[in-house]
Amino acid sequence: MKVLLRNPSREIEIEVPISVVKLLRRLDLNRESVLVIGRGTLVPGDAVLDDDDEIEIRPVISGG
Amino acid sequence: MKCRVCREPAVIDLRRHNANFCTDHFLRHCRQQVERVIKDFDMVRTDHRILVAVSGGKDSLALWDLLNELGYQVDGLYIGLGIDQYSDSSYRFVQEFVEQRSLHLIVVDLAETHGFGVSTASATTRRVPCSACGLSKRHVFDKAAVDGGYDAVVTGHNLDDEAAVLYGNVLRWQVGYLGRQRPVLEARAGFPRKVKPLIRLTERETAAYCVLRGIEYQVEECPMADGNRHLGFKEALNRLEEQSPGSKAEFYFGYLKRAIDRFEEPDDRDQLGPCSACGAPTDADVCAFCRLVLQATGTSISDRRPVALVSKPDIPASTGGPGSGHE
Repeated sequence: MKVLLRNPSREIEIEVPISVVKLLRRLDLNRESVLVIGRGTLVPGDAVLDDDDEIEIRPVISGG
Repeated sequence: MKCRVCREPAVIDLRRHNANFCTDHFLRHCRQQVERVIKDFDMVRTDHRILVAVSGGKDSLALWDLLNELGYQVDGLYIGLGIDQYSDSSYRFVQEFVEQRSLHLIVVDLAETHGFGVSTASATTRRVPCSACGLSKRHVFDKAAVDGGYDAVVTGHNLDDEAAVLYGNVLRWQVGYLGRQRPVLEARAGFPRKVKPLIRLTERETAAYCVLRGIEYQVEECPMADGNRHLGFKEALNRLEEQSPGSKAEFYFGYLKRAIDRFEEPDDRDQLGPCSACGAPTDADVCAFCRLVLQATGTSISDRRPVALVSKPDIPASTGGPGSGHE
């Protein structure tokens, strides 16, 4: 499954099935610092991702 | 994961509230948090004319949308900062937001009004970009709000922003700054009233609000913010938050409740006079912003003329003190 990361924008390939929480842990991302977005809405932590999912992991921290 | 309110599938978990929410109840949660802050701190009323500082980022657009939804009269002010393509794309997000909702937007372009942008100012003055940017934004917002007769300027500072600033100020025991870190800064001669209605929402919540409301915003970080100290503070606090949900809120709101009164808010009113170049209040002959303009543009003080950013509209000024008559 392809995952879009931002800042800078890039795509990575991830083995599925995997839950959102486990995916973030595998990528060493803090759940407080990102949103997982798919099909125009938020994907909750307990969702299990499969091959036909397309998700974006969007950082939410800004320098402001 | 089920919504705490309706038991339908949830889209977001908020561990500090020990709650999960579906889309509708998360949006309601955001509105309630903003309403609560406005009420608790007597921030604004629905008959006030409010100016929101918009950047094209998630916080300011979420704030404008939330206040609009709650029935407040809010105009926007966007400043073209001249940060190359980043400023161009940020402006497009603001334009799209405004057009979809038929809102009133004031645009001030630093290059057109003052002859410089943040990129060039930073390079020519060797100032940290965030410092030149912050100084320019504060000056332009203050002037636009005062000239336009607005009752308050609202800014999109969220819980993460406030906790990170507090963390930085405590680390260095910046006593003067600690005394001023309040959700409401009252108006003073030449300065508008400033309020921060998003302080009960984290950055994750304001970003989630935008996604669920279909608000497109500037996701990419400002190219000049690399190495920004606050980003490091926010990451450190989020590591604590991950281990102990609610830490950021306890740190910031605990400070407001139990400690802020120990730090006096500096009263510099007696030391302020008008800037000899632009008339803005300053404790020097020429204000810091005008000094930046002179340095960045290589001009002299005799070339500086006051710039009218916003003309006062022909409508009656609202009356009464803040907070009274809030609907």
